[in-house]
Amino acid sequence: MERLHWVQHRCRHLLDGDSGRGWYSAPNGLPNKNFSETHGSPQRVNGKRRTVFARHGPHQQDYEAVSRNYKGNAIRTTKYSLLTFLPMNLFQQFHRAANLYFLFLALLNWVPVVEAFQKEITMIPLVVVLTVIAIKDALEDYRRYLFDKKVNNNVVRVLCGKQKAYVQRCWKDVQVGDFVRLSSNEIIPADMLLLYSSDPRGVCYIQTSNLDGETNLKQRQVVSDLPFQGAELTLENFKSRIECENPNNDLSRFRGYMEHPNGVRVGLHNSNLLLRSCTVRNTETVVGIVVYAGHETKSMMNNSGPRYKRSQLEKRLNTDVLWCVLLLIVMCLTAAVGHGLWMKNLKDPIFQVDGETSPALAGFYVFWTMIIVLQVLIPISLYVSIEIVKLGQIYFIHNDLALYNEQLDSRIQCRALNITEDLGRIQYLFSDKTGTLTENKMVFRRCSIFGIEYPHEENARRLEVYEAERNEAERNEASGRSVTLKSGCSGKSLSCRSLSCNRSSVSLHTLTNEAEEEEDQLTDHIQRRTSAFCSRVAREVVPDPELVRKLSWLCSPGLTLSDGSFRTPSSLELTYITDFFLALAMCNSVVVSSPGQPRHMVPEARGTPLKSLEEIKLLFQRFSFSPFSTLSPPQIRGSPHSFTSRLFASRKTGSFTFPTPPDSTADRSEPGPENHLEASNLTPELDLPSREDEGAGQAEERVDDITEYAQLSPEERDLTREVDSDDELLYEAESPDEAALVHAAQAYRCTLRGRSAESLLVDLPGIGSLAVKLLHILPFDSNRKRMSVVIRHPLSGQVVVYTKGADSVIMDLTEAPKGAEQAQEIYGHIREQTQKHLDSYARDGLRTLCIAKKVLEEEEYEVWLKRQLLAESSIENREELLLESAQRLETGLTLLGTTGILDRLQEEVPETIEALQRAGIKVWVLTGDKKETAINIAYACKLLRANDQLLTASCGSKEACVALLHELRLEVQRGEDSHTEAGNHGKSSSDSGASFVLVIDGRTLDWALQEELKNDFLELSCRCRAVICCRSTPLQKSRVVRLIRDQLGVMTLAVGDGANDVSMIQVADVGVGISGQEGMQAVMSSDFAVSRFKHLSKLLLVHGRWCYSRLANMILYFFYKNVMYVNLLFWYQFFCGFSGSVMTNSWVLIFFNLLFTSVPPLIYGVLDRDTPADTLMELPELYRDTQTSKVYVPFMFWITVLDAFYQSLVCFFVPYFAYAGSDAGDLSLGSPINASALFIILLHQVIESHTVTWIHALVLGFSAGLYFGFVLLFSLICVTCSPPTNPLGVETLQMSQPLFYIVCALTTVMALLPRLLFRALHNTLHSTAAQTDNADSEKYRRKMQRWNLKHSRDSRVPVCVDNPGLEPNTASVMS
Amino acid sequence: MMASSYNAKEEDGHHSGAANHGGAGAVKSKKPDNTAFKQQRLPAWQPILTAGTVLPAFFVIGLIFIPIGIGLYVSSNNIKEFEIDYTGVDISSPCHTCAKNVSWNSTTPCLCSVHFTLKQPFESNVFMYYGLSNFYQNHRRYVKSRDDSQLNGDRSALMSPSKECEPYRTSEGQPIAPCGAIANSLFNDTLELYHIDSNGTRNTIPLVKKGIAWWTDKHVKFRNPGGNNNNLTLAFQGTSKPVNWRKPVYELDPLDDENNGFTNEDFIVWMRTAALPTFRKLYRIIQKKSSSTPTLPSGQYVLDINYNYPVLSFDGRKRMILSTISWMGGKNPFLGIAYITVGSICFFLGVVLLIIHHKYDTRNNSADIPN
Repeated sequence: MERLHWVQHRCRHLLDGDSGRGWYSAPNGLPNKNFSETHGSPQRVNGKRRTVFARHGPHQQDYEAVSRNYKGNAIRTTKYSLLTFLPMNLFQQFHRAANLYFLFLALLNWVPVVEAFQKEITMIPLVVVLTVIAIKDALEDYRRYLFDKKVNNNVVRVLCGKQKAYVQRCWKDVQVGDFVRLSSNEIIPADMLLLYSSDPRGVCYIQTSNLDGETNLKQRQVVSDLPFQGAELTLENFKSRIECENPNNDLSRFRGYMEHPNGVRVGLHNSNLLLRSCTVRNTETVVGIVVYAGHETKSMMNNSGPRYKRSQLEKRLNTDVLWCVLLLIVMCLTAAVGHGLWMKNLKDPIFQVDGETSPALAGFYVFWTMIIVLQVLIPISLYVSIEIVKLGQIYFIHNDLALYNEQLDSRIQCRALNITEDLGRIQYLFSDKTGTLTENKMVFRRCSIFGIEYPHEENARRLEVYEAERNEAERNEASGRSVTLKSGCSGKSLSCRSLSCNRSSVSLHTLTNEAEEEEDQLTDHIQRRTSAFCSRVAREVVPDPELVRKLSWLCSPGLTLSDGSFRTPSSLELTYITDFFLALAMCNSVVVSSPGQPRHMVPEARGTPLKSLEEIKLLFQRFSFSPFSTLSPPQIRGSPHSFTSRLFASRKTGSFTFPTPPDSTADRSEPGPENHLEASNLTPELDLPSREDEGAGQAEERVDDITEYAQLSPEERDLTREVDSDDELLYEAESPDEAALVHAAQAYRCTLRGRSAESLLVDLPGIGSLAVKLLHILPFDSNRKRMSVVIRHPLSGQVVVYTKGADSVIMDLTEAPKGAEQAQEIYGHIREQTQKHLDSYARDGLRTLCIAKKVLEEEEYEVWLKRQLLAESSIENREELLLESAQRLETGLTLLGTTGILDRLQEEVPETIEALQRAGIKVWVLTGDKKETAINIAYACKLLRANDQLLTASCGSKEACVALLHELRLEVQRGEDSHTEAGNHGKSSSDSGASFVLVIDGRTLDWALQEELKNDFLELSCRCRAVICCRSTPLQKSRVVRLIRDQLGVMTLAVGDGANDVSMIQVADVGVGISGQEGMQAVMSSDFAVSRFKHLSKLLLVHGRWCYSRLANMILYFFYKNVMYVNLLFWYQFFCGFSGSVMTNSWVLIFFNLLFTSVPPLIYGVLDRDTPADTLMELPELYRDTQTSKVYVPFMFWITVLDAFYQSLVCFFVPYFAYAGSDAGDLSLGSPINASALFIILLHQVIESHTVTWIHALVLGFSAGLYFGFVLLFSLICVTCSPPTNPLGVETLQMSQPLFYIVCALTTVMALLPRLLFRALHNTLHSTAAQTDNADSEKYRRKMQRWNLKHSRDSRVPVCVDNPGLEPNTASVMS
Repeated sequence: MMASSYNAKEEDGHHSGAANHGGAGAVKSKKPDNTAFKQQRLPAWQPILTAGTVLPAFFVIGLIFIPIGIGLYVSSNNIKEFEIDYTGVDISSPCHTCAKNVSWNSTTPCLCSVHFTLKQPFESNVFMYYGLSNFYQNHRRYVKSRDDSQLNGDRSALMSPSKECEPYRTSEGQPIAPCGAIANSLFNDTLELYHIDSNGTRNTIPLVKKGIAWWTDKHVKFRNPGGNNNNLTLAFQGTSKPVNWRKPVYELDPLDDENNGFTNEDFIVWMRTAALPTFRKLYRIIQKKSSSTPTLPSGQYVLDINYNYPVLSFDGRKRMILSTISWMGGKNPFLGIAYITVGSICFFLGVVLLIIHHKYDTRNNSADIPN
């Protein structure tokens, strides 16, 4: 039963999974086409619109007229009702060919002339199968019904027409046009337009994890320009009419307008829509009007059928089933012809019941009779068994500890139930890079501003330290103790932070256990996983001292005057630096929350708390207006507060002085003084309240602070930071890069403190909190590859555009500022330098982003604004217009600098890749990154080895591509030739010899994928050990996978973590999603979802191989079993005139397959282990056996069938000769035949099994016991039942005679002798082969180690420089 | 059974969390249990069948099978069996005329006598069989053509037999009892055995006709309608005799009520259809009289046959068989030979495997995987 629940759950999971699909159909322009190909474009009914009025509002008639056809909010996901269950379920079941076959047989048995058994007996298989499936369906449906009922009866507050108040209603009673009021953490009952939010800015946050699994908050906005803005919404004042699209399943798209009574139309878009089954977060109260209800909601419309893939084995199986059909027909024909001939030679026999039938006709009848008699030959139950076995296999995969991720508390998810054995046959693995091979935990590593590189050496060292520390922590945790428990924090804040930051930090993770007692809703484990990007390592960036020093100029240039050893930065450079960090802090879509009030908005700042701001502003204006003027120190000197103290003050007082909205008292009370005092009491650095008053003399101390800080030992710094950042802000970003950059900015005291729709609150070094007016956000999209914010600069007052994006794009968009030649020159230099740094970053495997800026003139901005507003409010082509508008803005940028973000490799990636390659799997890396980055990562993960020959394909035109491919092929050819020559001389060089690795970029790939060139490309890539495709788009990824899959006919596996891998995952035979940092799209579309790349090796090498060999062996065994048993009946035909009679009771005959011998193969298929897991992990080469499907090949099938024939011959003819001429009745002959067939079949499995556990023993014993119990009982009590073959007294008599046992023993031994002998000989010879294999691989490994050693010594490529994770590995290789 | 320890709730909890996970759900680690079963580390016997591991089995089989085979062979050879074909195909045969003339319709019995000599005396109980050849009692339609309910004494089935009995279901408007082709083709020769002693007198050998059927058949499966005490003639009133029969079922053995009607043992034996087209059926038992004299001493015998059963139409043969039986049944040398052969082969293969084992299989064969 539980199994069924589990199945049901899995199916539900699949169903749920589909609801996420809509998400990636819109944001990425490019893959769009592909998606619509794969699973149908979203239904869009543009012609018709839906009109919505308030339900109890003024337009009562209109409402009734319009809303009559709208569905209510009650949902019914059940397939059947009580009445329709039987007919509908039967109808659905008879869609399966197998059931039709059963039905056909059952019906055939009703034809009197061909009737073989009692009529009811042939119904049994059909009835059993139908009943089992019907029960399963019924249970499933019942659970769905209960679920629906629960959902439908959820309570929500709806505005009632009569009482004019919000009353509690069930979800199912909600109608289109109802006003629904929700509070925080309530689930949205239907798709509604957001009309009111308690948030003063009119926003509300929703969490869509129920819909797409993404746990970050999404902002929704109140419909703009409502006439009753601010006032409480009542029925009377809502006179507007809403026009919107008809219900569709596109989650990311909603268009419409709201027409107010005065005729004004307001555009509605996706950000106004609250989707059903999402959760309201961080917002006290929201009110919305329902526009789609029940089954018309977007989330419901996204529910579609589960994912079904047919495995290769199943296809192979089908051909063998066809062979069985052929065999059946041959056997039946033999019987028919035999019967005809036999009839012909008979003259008026006394035993002939109806002698009138002509021999030919009788033969024809016998043909059909035999089909009924020999029906078992077609292993219909095999299909059911395979499904059960796969469930069992999935159960074990699901429960594997090695595939469990402790940190994320996530197991492997098996989303496709029927392709487990394909895991054992993977030949090509296509991997995404970011987030798949790497952690996708972005850490700010270094940057370049104003053409000057800041290497952040300390930062690099810190990353290494972190790595070591983490390893230590892991070790410690393994022994059950956590050592990194930081003291000095109050329990409360500690728990809060650890709750939200335990993503990577092991030590913090353990703390959550302590915090679990708190009745905080945050303890919900979903919550715990939410704040994805604030891992400790990402938060902590050690500032570069040089940059800190320069930055410090901003507030106290006088200091450096006294210290002549420092170079004075020009004020232009300073503005660059300031702008750079402002851009880092502001140009993002990060949501800020503080630990005291998790996920709540930091109250908005209305004023500027610091006195010195005006002065700084003046200073800054001077900077920006006269860039080349020197600084005037006195202005800065006047600043009353030191940097640190000011910073402290701002932090300390900021939350008190900010005016807070009147209705958010609960929010405000959270970060109350207690917390802060408590926190500050604990911090040695901060508990000096007197410092605040000490004045200007502290400037030196401040710099000391900072530099001192940078020089602290890592441990100390940890502690400091731990304490220092106690009320630290939590950033929730859509992409980890963003979070990394924000944290980097924070490290330079340029902190993003809060965000609202119109403004950003930013701390600036030496200035304090500033409210920056946010004019626009042009969000990131993969076509533009950049995002921009338009702000009013807090200091200069100008309209400034900050753009952040891929270097390739930004570099093209930047241009030198107009003006002085000198400036031009400087700028040119900056560009050049930055480009140089960019290249070096890429070489080091860093992800690069360029930051640029543009100052807009007011008029310019006005013009653009007009177009932008037009685009925003347009209903048609909104996306296109917005894109166009964004592109218009993002030109003529000034390059500020570039950042290098480190994305470390996941643990054990090199080992995994090596294991996979040794297993004969070709690993391709498809990434959107730059070539240099990709190559570097490839080196780091040992996809590329030092003496591999790198073939780079990068060309600008098709012709060049043709030539290039040709040339590369020749080169490979030459290389291979020389290689084979070398191989002839020294035989051991085959392993260590150089192999080719192709690196191809996106543009060239485009050419290579074209029809004319793809063969060349294929040939080339086949000869390369690995292929790296860089700068590839999602569409290209899927095209590459498809090309390989279709052209080479190999099994492909695609693994990825992000939305850009979805198409690839869907195309591949097996899609694996990494449930990483980038949402859940990849997981949703995958067949298996793991949390780490390293899990792949166990998944493929062990589970894949096991599943495959188990299933293949089970299928073979199934065929064997059926052929063996059916042939017994066939041989009997030679002695009964081919009349189709059987020597067994027909119940026993039917049950033999259905009951007595059905469970052992299942156990065999689920539990057999042909090779122990650790052997498989140690010797990945063993994978090649299954990969080339050595187990289940036609040869093996026919061997099995032949063996079955032999065994059935023995099993029939030994009893035959033993009883020939005696007075044995037909059933008496059948009794030893059946019993020995059972023994043979069960013992055959023991011989074939690779492992026998107590479960096997139990099941085998149970099967035998069941058989004997049944036949004995049956022959005792069945007096008149089962008429033609009444077994009364037969078995009891037979089993009381020694002859029975003598016959059974002889038969069993004789039948199994060849198989036993074959196995023994095969294993003896094979084991010696395996031994040599073993020795070979041992030799290979040693050679590899030596090679690695050599490689790490000469260290041609800086592999490990930025990859501290690799150090221990190389070290271990050396040792 | 496999999923017995699997906690479906755990998964479901996760799912239903989709509906209301705003509530504080207790956090439960999804970490799989580290049990031997779930981690597939169950202690297992791994039958790596190599030459080394199986060769003891081969020797053991050989060593067990050969003695059994010898025992079987000896005991089979100790069984005395005598068989005589009285079909009368040959012109010289005494029953030739009967064989030619007899048909189902003939009313007058045809008598013939067959003389034979037993060279060895038969000790212990002797079983007398009649044997039929080329008689397909296992033909599908034939086997089905009976009504077990009727034979079990069910009155309603007596009056309206099962359709399976067609075309021997009714005759002249009345239901046939017993219906069906099996009953219709009841073997109706009568055999009598005489010993001709040294002075030429025919001594009737007493043939016991009780105890030839299975106990279960006699007492459970076959019952006369209306109980045993009633008058059988009355019980079978309104039924018709099978077409080929000369007398109705209640006159099969008028002398013994216990052996009359459906419970007639000859009838019961016939109704248990033979497995193969050449078969024998127990006809009578010649019981051992005393321990001193053999049941059938060697010498001249005569078999008197009341020849009623036509078999020549389908090339059938009729035989009379006298046989003693042993613990393993009747005479059958096959099993003994087969056992000896298989045993020898196993022994031989054991030797071969031993050689192979010494040549190739030098590896340490630890069958159990340590876990």
